[in-house]
Amino acid sequence: MNNDDDMTPGKPADLADQGYSAAGEVVLIKARRTFLENILRGLKSAPPTALFGLTVITIYIFFALFAPLLAPHGEAEIFDLSYAPWGEEFMFGTDQLGRDILSRLIYGARNTVGIAFVTTLFAFVIGGGLGITAAINNNGWLDNLLSRSVDVLMAIPSLIFALILLSMFGANTLNLIIIIAILDSTRVFRIARAVSLNVVVMDYVEAAKLRGEKLFWILYREILPNIMPPLVAEFGLRFCFVFLTIAALSFLGVGIQPPTADWGSMVRETAGLIQFAEYDLTAAMTPMLPAAAIALLTVAVNFVVDWFLHKSSGLKD
Amino acid sequence: MSDQKKGKKGDILLEMKDIVIDGYSDDRWHEIVKGVDITLRRGEVMGLIGESGAGKSTLGLAAMGFARPGCRLTSGSIMFDGIDLMKASAEERRALRGSRIAYVAQSAAASFNPAHQLIEQTVESTVRKGIKPEEEAKSDARKLYRDLQLPNPDHIGDRYPHQVSGGQLQRVMTAMAMSPRPDLIIFDEPTTALDVTTQVEVLASMRRIVEQYNTAAIYITHDLAVVAQMADVIKVLRYGETIEDADTRSMLSDPKKEYTKSLWSVRSIEKPEDKSEDVILKVDHVDASYTGSAKVLDDVTIEVPRGDTVAIVGESGSGKSTTARAITGLLPPSKGQVLFNGKPLPPTLKERSVDQLQKIQMIYQMADTAMNPRHTVRDIIGRPLEFYLGLRGRERDQRLLELVEMIELNEDFIDRLPAELSGGQKQRICIARALAADPELIICDEVTSALDQIVQKGILELLLRLQKELGLTYIFITHDIATVKAISDQIVVMLEGRVVEQGMKSEILAPPYPDYTKLLLSSVPEMDPDWLTGLLAERAREGSATA
Repeated sequence: MNNDDDMTPGKPADLADQGYSAAGEVVLIKARRTFLENILRGLKSAPPTALFGLTVITIYIFFALFAPLLAPHGEAEIFDLSYAPWGEEFMFGTDQLGRDILSRLIYGARNTVGIAFVTTLFAFVIGGGLGITAAINNNGWLDNLLSRSVDVLMAIPSLIFALILLSMFGANTLNLIIIIAILDSTRVFRIARAVSLNVVVMDYVEAAKLRGEKLFWILYREILPNIMPPLVAEFGLRFCFVFLTIAALSFLGVGIQPPTADWGSMVRETAGLIQFAEYDLTAAMTPMLPAAAIALLTVAVNFVVDWFLHKSSGLKD
Repeated sequence: MSDQKKGKKGDILLEMKDIVIDGYSDDRWHEIVKGVDITLRRGEVMGLIGESGAGKSTLGLAAMGFARPGCRLTSGSIMFDGIDLMKASAEERRALRGSRIAYVAQSAAASFNPAHQLIEQTVESTVRKGIKPEEEAKSDARKLYRDLQLPNPDHIGDRYPHQVSGGQLQRVMTAMAMSPRPDLIIFDEPTTALDVTTQVEVLASMRRIVEQYNTAAIYITHDLAVVAQMADVIKVLRYGETIEDADTRSMLSDPKKEYTKSLWSVRSIEKPEDKSEDVILKVDHVDASYTGSAKVLDDVTIEVPRGDTVAIVGESGSGKSTTARAITGLLPPSKGQVLFNGKPLPPTLKERSVDQLQKIQMIYQMADTAMNPRHTVRDIIGRPLEFYLGLRGRERDQRLLELVEMIELNEDFIDRLPAELSGGQKQRICIARALAADPELIICDEVTSALDQIVQKGILELLLRLQKELGLTYIFITHDIATVKAISDQIVVMLEGRVVEQGMKSEILAPPYPDYTKLLLSSVPEMDPDWLTGLLAERAREGSATA
């Protein structure tokens, strides 16, 4: 009520003393902008950290999409020169089997990032859907069943749990995606349920129930649009965690399997080179490259998420 | 009091000249206060009145040299007792606040820290600014509690905010503002969130204490009847400009501007009483309770005649809204039943057929939360058309336009989001959403209480016109007696989950009254500056007579 004061624009003095008409009440109408205009407006006001993050993410996406065109060699192409030093033909050298590190780094963007993205998406569909459903059913049997099951899943350290499940069901890409998605959906469930609880108490949700709407309508049309900002931010953060988990699992040897190029397993395969730092500094840098690729993307995504959270929180200063 | 160097009564304390304040939204600065002057003398109470968006709260804060985030003081001068607040540094301004200027906010419940005792919060700024040592400030606070007629003044300060009622909390906040003995207090809608019966007590104690300590005050409200009890002078604002300035008595007896007159417009609606014998809805001996708590409805029986308006009145907690929830099926009754057109309605929402749902529609108090902020007007009104009537495409849009015109808006509004509508427009869209279902009965839950007077009048007239044209039946839940007088045929008075009295408007609003109805009716502020004084005198007389 009080805040309405901020929103009302001016009105000429001579109109102030005229009679009342409902349509004539003065309100502030947002300018109609196209989607593209909105994006450009957003970018203009973005802080440098967010711009940096966006740039990095764009470059990653570019490499992921056009990997076959950009990579000098094939993903699994083996040359008869293992552990080649950095140089003309192999910019970052070759690995223990004689595969070009640069090419594998570029393909890695496609594999690691792509799989992490799909996994996060699944985690959100499962966790988000169930979380909102639980909130609508607040404190009913379904909510309790779901919430307690999630508690049980969350009680087990997720990396160890993932390791056990992957060894049980076999380490292939599909299993990897499904297992990580289910384990991570518990976190999404928690946040989706928490933010939805603030929305389900709104009169418009009650009005939809009174109208006789079914669960899916209430979930998808009434609640989801109102909890998108925190969920989008969470998507960014969750993506980083999934991405790191996959890299960690690959490093441990149960993640993405060779010959598919992946940053996590690349770190493991070339880790031994670090010992040669005193003889050949560039060779010792080799395992750092995929590690740096992981770190840089994580930092970039976090910058963007921070900016997005600040924007959606509505703070004006 | 005596130890402070206070100026004489009648000296100018605050002088604001040509104040311009900008607000930032949608990438632009807009003027929200456009050159308003305020002159306030010591010991004087000024009422600032206007609708939401008039800039009155913004102006009130500017008197402290403060602009909310997203606002800025653009130009003008603010002289407070010889200090130029526009030029003063942030430090100097902060030193004034909470010592020489104090602020009482609308929602006391939201303004107290729930983790600290009331007395700690009451004396906090007095002690921290070094005005009084802690013990002295606390004993003074207890005295103020007594002056404000709080129950058990010596110990109420030991409680936490959730342990006292809303009215008491508002008085504790007044004590907090009074604790450093400021020269100026700004009251920002301090009684708006309270029931009428509580409001009277709070107003009386605020007025007494302001007089007792000769404090100047700015009293911000949208209710002219309330400000008439408090203020010596009244300033009417609209769209950030002064409409009219006068002392209270001449403003009330002889308003100069049309707009000022419109501020008490609801009181001018009259509805001829109608009595229909055909009962559309009967609430039959209904008990209800929320899980694990005491009964909130106790043997409630209400008959609603077809085509008429039944007003349910009572203060908050009396069971008015719960009755509505029992009728709509949101809260199944634990005993008794609800009959609609002679047939019992299934108790829960899930068991009711789409047809039964369609016939009873609901309009909410807060149109803000009753509409999904992400849906356009087209979605909001269009959905019941699709859902109940199966209208699609052009047919739907055709009907949509008819409905929007029925509520006196036009097609420009169809693609707007709720945030782009004013309070009155929002409530109209909610009415259109209810109408879209083609209902027989509409339950209106406090639909006008969040709106300004002039907007309320428009909404009530619209509802009356629709009733006449479409033969609708209304159940109108409200705590505002002026609204009840304006639109009801029958009145049901509720208290603590029971029906105290029910009957035709003419019977209920005429003496002799049962005690509670009388208390409720007499607590409604009237447009008479002597009303509160008269009421208090009368109550004191009756109190001493019965004692």
